[in-house]
Order: sequence, then structure tokens, then C-alpha cells
Amino acid sequence: MENTLIQARETTLAHRMVPASSKQPEAIDAPRGEPVHLPREQVDAPADIHEQINSEDQLISIDRFSLFYGKQQALYGIDMKIAAGKVTALIGPSGCGKSTLLRSLNRLNDLIEHVRIDGNIYLAGQPVYASGVDVIKVRKRMGMVFQKSNPFPMSIFENVVYSLRIAGEKRRSVLEEVCERSLRGAALWEEVKDRLHTSALSLSGGQQQRLCIARAIAADPEVLLMDEPCSALDPLATGKVEELIHGLRGSYTIVIVTHNMQQAARVSDYTAFMYLGRLIEYGPTKTVFLTPHRRETEAYVTGRFG
Amino acid sequence: MFVVCVLFTLTILTILGLVIGYLIWIGAGSLSIKFFTELPSGKVADPGGMKHALIGTAVLIGLASLVGIPLGLLAGIYLSEYSREWWLASPVRFISDVLAGVPSIVVGILGYELLVVPLGRYNGWAGAMALAFIMVPIVARTTEEMLRLVPHSYREASLALGATKARTILRVVLPAATGSVVTGIMLAIARVAGETAPLLFTALGSRFLTTNPNLPFPSLTVQIFTYATGPYPEQKRLAWAGILVLICLIFVLNLAIRLTARSVRVAK
Repeated sequence: MENTLIQARETTLAHRMVPASSKQPEAIDAPRGEPVHLPREQVDAPADIHEQINSEDQLISIDRFSLFYGKQQALYGIDMKIAAGKVTALIGPSGCGKSTLLRSLNRLNDLIEHVRIDGNIYLAGQPVYASGVDVIKVRKRMGMVFQKSNPFPMSIFENVVYSLRIAGEKRRSVLEEVCERSLRGAALWEEVKDRLHTSALSLSGGQQQRLCIARAIAADPEVLLMDEPCSALDPLATGKVEELIHGLRGSYTIVIVTHNMQQAARVSDYTAFMYLGRLIEYGPTKTVFLTPHRRETEAYVTGRFG
Repeated sequence: MFVVCVLFTLTILTILGLVIGYLIWIGAGSLSIKFFTELPSGKVADPGGMKHALIGTAVLIGLASLVGIPLGLLAGIYLSEYSREWWLASPVRFISDVLAGVPSIVVGILGYELLVVPLGRYNGWAGAMALAFIMVPIVARTTEEMLRLVPHSYREASLALGATKARTILRVVLPAATGSVVTGIMLAIARVAGETAPLLFTALGSRFLTTNPNLPFPSLTVQIFTYATGPYPEQKRLAWAGILVLICLIFVLNLAIRLTARSVRVAK
């Protein structure tokens, strides 16, 4: 078993060493260079959604959601319910649509030109996509942490209280209290409490990312969306952020996109495997990783492609 | 190749050095405290100073800035932040590029036709508006360029926190670009400070100290022009002094631009 795995990895590597120019030109969103070819009918088969998910309280419900960038379809009828207070990981090879799905939740894809959607997403029963929906309100209910930490070029304090500032909060005591609570929540308080008024850009990469988490939770959201929050961090900083995600579970519904399967296994309760814009399999993390129902899920989590 | 480049660079530097050296040689000799404190005396042998022209230029630049900077800023913000949603952007961008390249005498004629002829006399407003007209495209285009340099991730982060687009621009995008936007504004001021042609047909120039823009208005550049093209050697000397002052003014402005630009970079 182990030998075959190693072999599989070697083929993967060998495949990756093929110069880029020799590859066929690919569509923008197509995954790159996967050695395991999945038959179309398998990809198009309905997603394998494990029973256990239905026993959870559900906060977000994605209902036959499709998304197009112009003519290019990026998401194909995703049907998925996200458990309240749990950590749900979205995994899959590059270009499988996991980030697109995440950014659809808080309608950040609205910013991109020529995006068209079909189906809907419900947050606590209320539609996210409908005429008359206040996008600002939806976004306030979902904090977001990005792949690359993006603190504003302001002081640490001003970064954290940004959401309060835009809501017009002026009382110093309130701002200070929220700032401390959020920084404590993001496990950053002890490191920065003496320099709250220095520039946020003077922090290290890992600290900046935790600052972004503090900024997101200062708005008191119900959901935290994390788009590969550790991909630009070193292992130590990654460990801290993962610890933090552990601590935040329960208080927030967390949806995390990750490339790192160990990370998905470590931090998440549920895992959704996506491929070519489809949801392939979705279930408790343990089952998805140890006894996946679908062949392609197994191929991906054992590292045979992706 | 290298030697040729160095040679040409040195040639240019030498020419520049000669020009500035000559200017200082002649100008500094004519420059005295009287230049800054006295008004034209009307006497040929002792023409007095250029206080009126200095104040006039300051007022003209102030009035022009009052109109030109907000217009330019807003146009720049529109081009960088909103234009994707509308077809108007590329014509606006194209026209502002054309405007930035319009010879300034054309602006002067325009001011003459639009503000001097209808009002029946040369006046300060027309001069200030002509200068504002020159400022707008410079401010608009630099503002646009500078705002585009603000990372998209700042905007995304702000919007994801539930900020409206307007708040995102005011609270995150503009502050992140303040230094470079200010640089653009100073660039525009430095440019119009040295303009003569648009003022010749509009503000006309005046030998009297005035702050009433309804009257023909004095300015340093036009005064230099008048004295330099006149027959009297004392006035010519005064023109040289004026040129020196003008060059110093623009030099200081450029220095300030460099310093702000640098401090912005350090802050980042």
C-alpha cells in the first residue's frame, strides 16, 4: 500500500516536471496537470453527501448554485448545507471553484464583471441573492479572511475597529473595548497591546493575518469565511492560526478553503471535496479522509492528483 | 555606448548648469529686499519691486486650486473607482489626456472668449479659471494612476466588512494614496505657477496691487514678460530677478514633491 502511494506520488511529480509549454492550452479555471483522469459521467454524477450533515443545525444553505464568468461556467449546481458553529473545509485541486464558492457566500463576486449566477444561497433562511437584499448587511454577517493578509495601512487599533467606524461608532470606550476583545479573540492581544497605535504593516505576516481575523470578528459576524488563510504563512504562524480556528469554532460558523489536506484534516469538522466546479463529496472530515465514498475523493486525499 | 551616454548626460548637465549659473549671476545681482516689499514705482530709473506680482500669482494659484483640485480629484476618483460600470470612462480619459497636452496659449484664448469678452474686460477670474483648466487633467490623471496603485485587496477587505463603496474610497483607498495624490496636486501647482500664455489674454497683468479678481490682475510671469520685452534696462534687470524667484519657487515645490513622495514610501 505504502509503495503504491509513493509510486503514485512519484508519477505525480514526474508529471509536474513536464514543461508548461508542452501542455495543451487550458481554460482559465481548469485544474492543472492532474494525472488521474476522471470520466465525465463520474464528475457529473450527483454529489455524495453523507447523512450525518443533515443532523446538524444548518446556518447556510446553498441551493443548486451555479456561477458563470462570462461564458465560462465555474460552479455547477452546488447543493450543500453548512452546519452552524462548525468548521467546514472546502478542498479540491486549483481551479475547482472552491474560492469562487466561498466568495459567492458574501457576494464578493459581485465586484467582478460579467459574473452571472443561477440558483441561490440562504443565510439563516433568508436569500443572499434576491432583488432588494441589502448586500452590505449580508457582508456584515459574514467576516472574511483572505489568502494574503491585507491589513489597511493604518494603526493596529484603527484596523480592528474599522467595521465600527464605518457604522459610525464614535465612543472611545466602545471602540477600545471591542478592540481588546477582538484582539484577544484572535490571540494577538498580548503581542500588540503596547503598540496599538503603530502601523499594522509593521507586524509580521502571521500577526497580520491574525489581525485580519480580529478585524473580521470585531464586526461580530455569524460566519467567518477563510480563503486559504495560511497559504502565505510559515509553519509556526500557520500553527497559531489553526489553533485560533480551533478556538473560534462554536462561536462562529467557519468555512475555510484550503489547499493543505493536513490542515483540512486538523481543523475541520466537515469537508467538502470539489472538482471541476462540482461538489463531489461532502461529509464528516474523518469519513471523507479515511473512508471516502467516491473514487475521485480518495484519489485526491491520498495525493494521487491535485 | 556607455561612454556616449555619459557624454550626452554631461553635456545636458553642463547646459543646465550654464543656464542656471547665468540666471543666478544676473538675477541675484538685481534681487534685493525691495523686490519683495515694493510696488512698481512708475519711474524708469528705479522701477521698484514686484510685490504686487507675487501676491497676484499667489491669489491666482489659490483661486485656480479651489476649482481645479476638487474637479481633478473627483474626476480621478471616478476614472479609477467607478468607471468600470459605465461607458463614459474611456472618452473622459482620452479627453483629459488631450487636454493635458493642449498648448497653454489655446487655454488662454478659450478663457478670453468665455470669460473676458462676455464680462467686457480683462479680469482675475478669467486668469484663475484658465489656470484651473490646465490643472484639472493633471490632477485627474495622477489621481487615477495613484488610486489604481492601491492594492485591490484593501478594497475587498473593506467591502467584505460591510463598507459601502463610497466609504471604502473615502476611508481606505484615498488615505492609502494621500501622499501620492498630494504629489500630483503639487505637480499641477508647479506647472501653472510658471504659465504665462493663458494669463496674457485673461488676467492681462497689472502694475497695481489688487486682490479684486474683477479687475485686470497682476502675476509674476506676465510682469516678467512685460519688463523683459520692454525697452528699459532697469526693468529688464527686475525681470531677471523675477525669473530667479520663479525658478526658486518651482524648485522648492519640486523638492517638496520629492520629499512627500519619499516620506510616503517610507511610511509604506
